[in-house]
Amino acid sequence: MTEQHHLTLTVNGRAHSCDVEPRMTLADCLRERLDLTGTHLGCEHGVCGACTIIVDGAAVRSCLMFAVQAEGAEITTVEGLADGETLSVLQQAFHDNFALQCGFCTPGFLTTAETILAENPSPTRAEVQSAISGNICRCTGYVPIIDAILEAAERRRAGKK
Amino acid sequence: MKPPKFDYFAPDSIESALTLIAEHGDDARYLAGGQSLVPMMNFRVAAPSALIDLNGIATLRGIKVDKNSRLHIGAMTRTREIEMDSTIASANPLLHAAAPHIAHIQIRNRGTIGGSLAHADPAAEMPGIVLACNAEINSIGPAGPRSIAAGDFFEGIYSTALQDGEMITEIVFPPWPAARCWAFQEISRREGDFAMIGIAAWFDLNETGEISAASLTAIGAGDTPLRLPAAEEILSGQPPGDVLFAEAAQAAVNELDPGSDLHASAEYRREVGGVLVERALKTALQREAPGYTA
Repeated sequence: MTEQHHLTLTVNGRAHSCDVEPRMTLADCLRERLDLTGTHLGCEHGVCGACTIIVDGAAVRSCLMFAVQAEGAEITTVEGLADGETLSVLQQAFHDNFALQCGFCTPGFLTTAETILAENPSPTRAEVQSAISGNICRCTGYVPIIDAILEAAERRRAGKK
Repeated sequence: MKPPKFDYFAPDSIESALTLIAEHGDDARYLAGGQSLVPMMNFRVAAPSALIDLNGIATLRGIKVDKNSRLHIGAMTRTREIEMDSTIASANPLLHAAAPHIAHIQIRNRGTIGGSLAHADPAAEMPGIVLACNAEINSIGPAGPRSIAAGDFFEGIYSTALQDGEMITEIVFPPWPAARCWAFQEISRREGDFAMIGIAAWFDLNETGEISAASLTAIGAGDTPLRLPAAEEILSGQPPGDVLFAEAAQAAVNELDPGSDLHASAEYRREVGGVLVERALKTALQREAPGYTA
C-alpha cells in the first residue's frame, strides 16, 4: 500500500491541506478533495488543455502534475478569477464575445489567457492564436475566443475593471 | 485514465536521488517535468513502482556560459525558460528558435531539456538540436559521472545510452560563432504537435566565402534524430547559393528513409524533408548579417 502524503497548498488565496496518494493528479485533488470542480478533465494526457490551471504564475496541465508535487504551491483555478459575483475583465470579454458555448473548455482557456495577458499586455492576434494552441474547443471555432482575449487586453490596458 | 500506484520521493540533492533509485530497484524511475512520463502513466503504458522526483534538486537547473563560450544548461531547466532566456538567444540561437516549436506553453512550463532527451521521442525537437550542435550530455549514475556525445546518445525509439539509475545532469553546447548561419524548420499538423518532419541546419563560412562546416539534422524521419551526412558533404567547401542548396536538398531526399504513420506517409516525409532542407539553408544564408535576431 502506497503511503499517503500530507499536502498543504494555497488555492485562490485560501490555504488548504489534505492527505493524498502519490498517484492522485493535481486535477483530481482539486476536484475531488477540494471540491473545486471548475477545473475540467478532458483527455488526461496533456493534449486538450481543459485542465489548465495557474501554478506559481505559470499555466500548466493539472492532469500532468501529481498533487504531491504541488506542496507549498500558489494555485489559481477558474474559480479564483472572478471577484465575488463580478466577472474578471477576461471573463466579461468571453461573455460579451460569445466565446463559449458548452463551456467545457472555458476554464482552461481562461487560465491560459490570464497568464498570456500577465506576460504580454498587448499581444497581437497571431500571438494570441499561438498562445492558445494548446487548448481545444469543439464549439466556437476559436474566432470568438481570440476576439475576447484581444478585447480583454484592450480593456485592461484602458484600466477598465 | 488514472496512473497505477507508486511510491513517491522528492530528494533535494543528486546524491540522495541516486541512493533512492538504487534502493528502489529496476522499476523505479526518475521524474523530470512529467510531460511525457505522466501521460504514459495515465495510460498505464508505464507503471513505475516508485518515482524519484528531480524537481526539488536546485543544482540540476540553470543556464550559464563558461569562459570557453560553451553553453551549459541544467537538465531540469524548463523548456519555457530556454525559450525566454536572452543568454540562449545569443549563445545558441538555433536552440532558442526551436524551443517555441516544442508542444504548447503549458507543456513548456513544466517540460525540461533533460526529460525530453531521456524520453528520446524521434520527432521531438530537443534531441534534434543537441545532435545538430554536437552537444555533450553529462550524466551521473551508479558508475559515477560521465559525458556522452549527442551522436552516441540516441539508440532507438525512446531508447538512449543511459543505464539503469543514470540521470542527465547537464547539457553542454559547443561555442556558437556569432556569424554562423542557421535555421530551424518543421511541419506539423497543428502548432505544438510533434513534427511530421523537421530540419535543423547551420553552416559556417570561411574568409573566402566557402562553407567551412555544415550540419543538417532531421527529426521525425527515423527511430532517432538523424544527421544527413551526404547532404552535409555536398555543402562542405562550396560557396553557398541556390544551386548548391537544391543539390543538398536532393541528397537529403535520397538519404532520408522515414516511416509511414497516420500523420504522414514516408513519401510525403521524404519530399517535405527536401523542401525543408532547401528552405532552411536559404533562411540560414539570409541570417549571415551579424546581429540578426530571430
